Amino acid sequence: MAEVLVLVEHADGEPKKVTAELLTLARRFGEPSAVFLGGPGTYAKAKDFLARYGAQKVYVAESADIDGYVVAPKAEVLAGLFGSAAPAALLVAATAEGREVAARAAAKTGSGLVWDVVDVAPGLVVTQQVFGGSTIVRSHVTKGTPVITVRPNSAAPEEAPATPEEQQVDVAVSDAAKTAQVSDRVVEGKSGRPDLTEASIVVSGGRGLGAAENFRLVEELADLMGGAVGASRAATDAGWYPHQAQVGQTGKTVSPQLYVAVGISGAIQHRAGMQTSKTIVAINKDPEAPIFELADFGIVGDLFNVVPQLTEELRKRQ
Amino acid sequence: MNIVVTVKQVPDTWAEKKLDPSDMTTDRATVDNVLNEMDEYGVEEALLLKEAHGGEVTAVTMGPDKAVEAVRKALQMGADKGVHLCDASLHGSDALQTASALAKVIAPLNPDVVIVASEASDARGGVVGALLAEYLGLPQLTLARKVTADPGGGTVTIERQTDNGYATVLGKLPVVVGVIEKINEPRYPSFKGIMAAKKKPLVTMTAADAGIDPGSAGLSGAHSEVDEAQPRPPKAAGQVVKDEGDGGAKLAAFLADQKLV
Repeated sequence: MAEVLVLVEHADGEPKKVTAELLTLARRFGEPSAVFLGGPGTYAKAKDFLARYGAQKVYVAESADIDGYVVAPKAEVLAGLFGSAAPAALLVAATAEGREVAARAAAKTGSGLVWDVVDVAPGLVVTQQVFGGSTIVRSHVTKGTPVITVRPNSAAPEEAPATPEEQQVDVAVSDAAKTAQVSDRVVEGKSGRPDLTEASIVVSGGRGLGAAENFRLVEELADLMGGAVGASRAATDAGWYPHQAQVGQTGKTVSPQLYVAVGISGAIQHRAGMQTSKTIVAINKDPEAPIFELADFGIVGDLFNVVPQLTEELRKRQ
Repeated sequence: MNIVVTVKQVPDTWAEKKLDPSDMTTDRATVDNVLNEMDEYGVEEALLLKEAHGGEVTAVTMGPDKAVEAVRKALQMGADKGVHLCDASLHGSDALQTASALAKVIAPLNPDVVIVASEASDARGGVVGALLAEYLGLPQLTLARKVTADPGGGTVTIERQTDNGYATVLGKLPVVVGVIEKINEPRYPSFKGIMAAKKKPLVTMTAADAGIDPGSAGLSGAHSEVDEAQPRPPKAAGQVVKDEGDGGAKLAAFLADQKLV
């Protein structure tokens, strides 16, 4: 079976859940080879995780250049592996940076790129949910090595313990790839909550919250359930919550097991970012709010009564 | 500074978007089309750079005849010139082909800064900025939430948004800058701007004018192929209840019942 390259999505070496999802998908049509690209000394934290989820091989490329410059060095290393490993495909997490890395790797190798895929079938036929999830498309790459970015939460990770062969990759980044220099990385508002796009539960707040401080209700509920906090565009436009948390057409696309919409009307821009969630519940005082068309369970009522009661009930059940 | 900003005409956000069953490309004929909303942030950032450092803003698009309206909107906002790459052979181009074609149009303009919005609302690929950097061989300063240009020092510095904060990234001119929304507040075209736009230079180019190899262009040269497209099956109607003072408890019971908590 041919190798399938899986780019490891990680934070300073700690693999993200989506990496396990990609390895699980890769096993369906080949031998998963993880590609670890990171700063010096970061791989050690990923090693056991990659073995647990069935990586048969790990290409390890650790270099200050990987972190020191934007995207281009990663794309260069991947393009190099296309030549030496002749993989059947490359899977990358469909994150903001992941899609850029994938695109440049595809461009360097004349390969086709398909993005935000939710399923990969044998024959590398991919499924995408486009136009805000309203249309389901099946397609395949016709040139080069298929480069596929996969939406987090698209596959349930399955363990498949392996003893991967490790192969160090010589990172000889060209000068051309060292032009966008990272001088500083700043972490803001460290919350301890799961990543929005990876979380299996997302609680989002919208216009109905009325003020920044009322996001406390959303955060409390999210923390109780171990979920991430999202926000509608109305809420981020009003400055009540950071843009990173925006769910919707101009923000993030999420597909969790459970999506809780608090005071969100469900305008088309918002639905485009969350309507493929497995279960959707909504709390809104307007019975005509379009969010109720999507909701598996909806409460028409004042969120300032309903949400504290819900939080309290869930706390009792724990 | 010589600034180029890319713009794209897309189906209106409120339109029901679908693929044209004849060739599986985005149906642009049966819907209202508008300037991609995110591109307004790109145009605004271009205008802010020009206002701060002088120079000229050229809006560039690729698309069918009526896509020129996206350039016109940019001219109304205050861009100085427009270029419209328009050729039937380009129809059905994928993101790689589109970025490659745009790079061929942009390179001869010798820009100091190329500005691209982070994504278009129809395809939502978010890759054209990275691809322009690749094809033009320029520093990739994308996902910028703040842009600071220092033309004297010959650099541009951005705050690149990350999942948990930002990275400070510096590139030497010329550069490709990709902007996210929230970077600025796009202006509305003024009446004066709308009138002035009618007299601004707007060039239409064919694929041959831009030096694009006809064999590599459009649907036949694309890197992927759509096998089928279907509307998503309608979701079964859920249960919506009015809060009678026990709404939170009912919701908790539902979540427990579904084993979600």
